Amino acid sequence: MRRVKGVLAPYLLILPGGLWLAVFFAVPLVFMASVSLMTGNLIDGFTMTWHWQNYADGLDVYGDKVVRSLWYGLLATAACIALAYPAAYWIAFRGGRHKSTWLFMLLLPFFVSFVLRTIAWKLVLTDQGPVLGPLKSWGLLPEGFHILDSGFAVVSGLTYNFLPFMVLPIYVALERVDHRVIEAAYDLYAGRFEAFRRVVLPLSLPGVFAGVIMTFVPVTSDYVNASVLGGPGNTMIGNVIQTEYFTNSEYATASALSFTLMALLLLGIFAYARALGTKDVLEAAGR
Amino acid sequence: MTETSPAPVRDDPGWRDDEVAAIELTGVQKSYQAYGETVMAVRGVDLAIHEGEFFSLLGPSGCGKTTTMRMIAGFEEPTAGAVFLHGDDVTGVPANKRDVNMVFQSYALFPHMSVFENVAFGLRRRKVAKAEIAARVGEMLEIVDLTGREKRRPSELSGGQQQRVALARALVNRPRALLLDEPLGALDLKLRQAMQVELKRIQREVGITFVYVTHDQSEALTMSDRIAVMNDGRIEQLGSPRGIYERPASRFVAGFIGTSNLISGEVAEIAAGEAVVEYGGGRVVVPAGDGAALAAGDRVELTVRPEKIEICTARPERGSMVRATVSEVVYLGTSTSYIVTTAAGDDVTVFTQNATSAEDVAVRGDQVWLSWEPRHSYAIGAA
Repeated sequence: MRRVKGVLAPYLLILPGGLWLAVFFAVPLVFMASVSLMTGNLIDGFTMTWHWQNYADGLDVYGDKVVRSLWYGLLATAACIALAYPAAYWIAFRGGRHKSTWLFMLLLPFFVSFVLRTIAWKLVLTDQGPVLGPLKSWGLLPEGFHILDSGFAVVSGLTYNFLPFMVLPIYVALERVDHRVIEAAYDLYAGRFEAFRRVVLPLSLPGVFAGVIMTFVPVTSDYVNASVLGGPGNTMIGNVIQTEYFTNSEYATASALSFTLMALLLLGIFAYARALGTKDVLEAAGR
Repeated sequence: MTETSPAPVRDDPGWRDDEVAAIELTGVQKSYQAYGETVMAVRGVDLAIHEGEFFSLLGPSGCGKTTTMRMIAGFEEPTAGAVFLHGDDVTGVPANKRDVNMVFQSYALFPHMSVFENVAFGLRRRKVAKAEIAARVGEMLEIVDLTGREKRRPSELSGGQQQRVALARALVNRPRALLLDEPLGALDLKLRQAMQVELKRIQREVGITFVYVTHDQSEALTMSDRIAVMNDGRIEQLGSPRGIYERPASRFVAGFIGTSNLISGEVAEIAAGEAVVEYGGGRVVVPAGDGAALAAGDRVELTVRPEKIEICTARPERGSMVRATVSEVVYLGTSTSYIVTTAAGDDVTVFTQNATSAEDVAVRGDQVWLSWEPRHSYAIGAA
């Protein structure tokens, strides 16, 4: 009996999580996949017709939104790296006894609702708001200048909202770098920059790698920032899917677009992992 | 102790007048601020190390030996005093501009690089030509017996192999001196002993000055040309392994290096350059002119090493003679260790080689005489 229990233990441990994923992830995913191949409308109902054309039609009509989403995703991810790396570096190496305080401050915005935070940005950045208003009245900016309703506003909002997802993995990677290894680099004639370039940076790349995956995927499929900050001219594919599903009740199109986006993201991530996720890249960076 | 001059360092007869020390420290001190208090890690160290010497800094943890080495490497700057490398004052020169290399305690290999790249790191920073890098790394890996493992990662190597990569990574740069911070500490006993021999061989082969930090006295005795025994931020004694073992300068050194018996008594008389010290119904004879000159009536503390003592059944004719009772006999194969209690109540350890006799010279409870020659005990200070 004990032996049977011992054999079963790993499976019993995975059971709750496995069931959860099966019910709330796998089943809906299969369901949505089948919807994406149906035809019909809300009144007559949807029937399975293996209508692959849904995918081609979706890309045909909204291809530019897909491209824009990937582009915004790349921009916001790059901006996140640029902002997060120095911050994480500073906390990891110069944070001293207050490391956890600094990290907590970075995470503080997370305690406020995602939508609320974004709306707050809208209030701050309106044409006559607390930032642009005074600048315009002092004549530092032309009257017509605006930030909202621009791609810049969307990418900025995305960067702000997903920054912690980049900071945390980079911080963890930097924190794990052995100080003696850095000293060894100094000992072997590396100056401060060389030691960073050849040792600290390569050793922190796995953190950057994780951060990129953790930000790029949600940023690309985000719809809140585009709808709050972007105005009509900067819609992302997330907005399209939302509108198609909830407003137009075009379930098949919405599903097809969702799967298209998912496939593109998976492809992108795998290509990225193939190219950068190997030990040789780290060594090349250190050479 | 701030006003220590560099002069006493060179009192050692081994120094030629015009000799330039590979490494010289003069009046070096290091203090830290910790929780509002000043902690003195190094309280004033003067030492000079010969070119090509295997020099050890030996002492218990917290004695300042690692801090001293880190000041030579350039990772720490002395609060006072100066560091010279080949006569050049390098105080304030950063580590990457000092011509010394270090082997770290836990090796600190670059985990993201292959063995080859680890060893090539210093040469690449110095912009050595590619072909020369390949040749020198190859040659160095051969010396440390790692040929054929160039492409491995540090994590794929055993502890002993990682250790040799660390050694190669430092030596390939042909530094003026190599600093080793407890490099064998993480290895098991067998490997450690093998590596001790290996290190000594490599040092002879490359002819570079080695400064070796260790808390393991047997390691220091085995490998070093000279040893500085450190305690509480100061050098207690500096000398050859034999000198330090045979003639410990202080109670601390006597206790830290090997096993030492400490006894104390009153000087009864001085005769023919020897002091006779009353001890537990017997007497101990020591050279009178050794260290501080002794006078009748002084209370002194004496040391004698366990292997110098002979156990006799009859009262010895001359030299030291101490009455004692055997309280423990431990058979160790090549030798037998006796714990005997002297008439004065001290426990004294005696080692006897089992070269000829198949039987122990005494058993538990026996009344015996302990005897040793005058030159084998030293007065190390007033008791």
